Amino acid sequence: MKVQIDPARCQGHGRCYDLSPDLFTEDDEGYGQVAGDGLVPPGGERAARVAASNCPEKAIVLVEEA
Amino acid sequence: MTVDDRFVRDFRDSREEPLGIRNEIITGPVSDWATDFSHLEPEWAADPYPIQDDLRERCPIAHTERFGGGWLPTRYEDVAAIAYDTEHFSSRAIIMSNYRPPRDIAPVGAVPPISSDPPFHHDARKLLLPAFTKKEVAKREEAARAFCHSLIDGFEGAEIVDAARDYAQHIPMRVIADMLGFPPEDGPRFREFVEHALEGVNLPPEERMAHMGELFDYLLEQIRDHVANPRDDLTTYLIEAELYGRKLDPSHVAGTMALLLIAGIDTTWSAIGASLWHLAKTPADRERLVAEPALLPTAMEEFLRAYAPVTMARLVKEDMHWRGVDMRADDWVLLSFPAANRDPAQFDRADEVIIDREINRHAAFGLGIHRCVGSHLARMELRVALEVWLERVPVFGLADPSEVTWAPGQVRGPRTLPLRIG
Ligand code: HEM
Ligand code: HEM
Ligand code: SF4
Repeated sequence: MKVQIDPARCQGHGRCYDLSPDLFTEDDEGYGQVAGDGLVPPGGERAARVAASNCPEKAIVLVEEA
Repeated sequence: MTVDDRFVRDFRDSREEPLGIRNEIITGPVSDWATDFSHLEPEWAADPYPIQDDLRERCPIAHTERFGGGWLPTRYEDVAAIAYDTEHFSSRAIIMSNYRPPRDIAPVGAVPPISSDPPFHHDARKLLLPAFTKKEVAKREEAARAFCHSLIDGFEGAEIVDAARDYAQHIPMRVIADMLGFPPEDGPRFREFVEHALEGVNLPPEERMAHMGELFDYLLEQIRDHVANPRDDLTTYLIEAELYGRKLDPSHVAGTMALLLIAGIDTTWSAIGASLWHLAKTPADRERLVAEPALLPTAMEEFLRAYAPVTMARLVKEDMHWRGVDMRADDWVLLSFPAANRDPAQFDRADEVIIDREINRHAAFGLGIHRCVGSHLARMELRVALEVWLERVPVFGLADPSEVTWAPGQVRGPRTLPLRIG
């Protein structure tokens, strides 16, 4: 699984980096950033889903790998 | 070296009396909430949720002739759509009152960036963002925690304390005074400014103007002191900040300071107070949080959802048919994030407070481009205030539920909250 942030939707609420700091960080203005390459390590799927389902702007996209 | 003389003259002297539109002030009991709503009546202040729940079922975009005409959507999807639609809804006024500022005040507005529309909005907002990131506000956590402890030290020997007046209110006042570089002992004056701006909405315009004048006299005094003695704080930062290659207009500097002072205090005070009120009347939740402090960040989001303190307003830009109603240019829209947060179409068991709710896409800090700049600061203050309280005062309850009072208007939270702690 991979996580992505749609920068056109993200408004910097910070729920993603509050809840799942291993997967997300903030930039200098508080907007969410994907940490590293966005690949979710084994066992991290739940953290990814929690972040995505708490983002008020629905800016987080989960990409399931085939 | 050039001397900064922007603030020598009072910037208000150089502009014309703003015209804008005033309407007749209508107060008194509401006949039907679907056609005559008013968020300033005591019934709404005491408990707006049953009113909003009823409207959502019966008339999801309610109307009023008060305030010169306005609308109240109560469904999440409508509130979100309006927050995102800056094309049809303007932020040139965000407090629903009996005065509409003139159209040419847009896109800057009196208190940027909250009163601004695109494209100016983004630039005014960008100036503030770096000072309010999670990482930046974390630097203030230690001082905030020590301050909360000192407030509780002051309870020594008391059996009943007023958690709104003696605790919640002081925390954001101290934090924002520190950030702006104002003397900490001026706190009580901020309280007056805030009450006047947000709660005196139905007073005669002359009185409101006079109150606004006092706030700006105070800000100008602080600005001049910072021009003479620059420091490492937000006031000096705003005085020095540049936009489009030049320093900010004096009215932008003062307006943003006013916004930070007003937006930062009442709101957070309300959130801390409402959370303590809930815990005081719900022993099971209080005991669980005392036993499981790690649950607090999750519980806090639920308090923000269920008791969202902030409602905003917009002005309709042009006549239009919108989702079944006929809106006219300059009609108000009361943008109730609290009502959106209790929409059963968006949240399971929307009317219950569930302190371990895992999925909580609430809108307490707004949606879209005006997302609260202070949300990371507010969350830090709320968490620290509740952590310190629960650690120091694990057992408490309402001393007398009938004595609890709530602020009327667009920022709602307890203003009198007597708790038995001994
Ligand atoms: C629990 C506390 C708070 C709540 C619930 C809250 C809520 C909100 C909401 C709903 C908005 C959106 C306004 C709109 O859509 O028109 C907003 C905007 C804003 N808030 Fe807060 N706020 C809180 C605390 C703070 C604090 C502590 C500060 C700063 C010291 C602050 C500064 C601002 C600013 C500057 C804006 C304007 C942002 C813009 O227009 O781009 N707020 N707030
Ligand atoms: C640069 C900053 C500001 C300036 C120059 C300013 C100026 C004014 C003026 C000239 C009026 C018209 C009064 C009338 O004719 O009735 C007004 C009204 C008003 N202002 Fe401000 N203001 C500022 C900041 C603020 C802030 C920070 C708030 C609160 C968040 C606020 C809230 C209001 C409200 C609610 C009214 C409506 C008056 C009524 O209902 O009668 N203003 N302001
Ligand atoms: S939670 Fe959503 S809006 Fe907030 S920073 Fe993360 S992606 Fe952006």
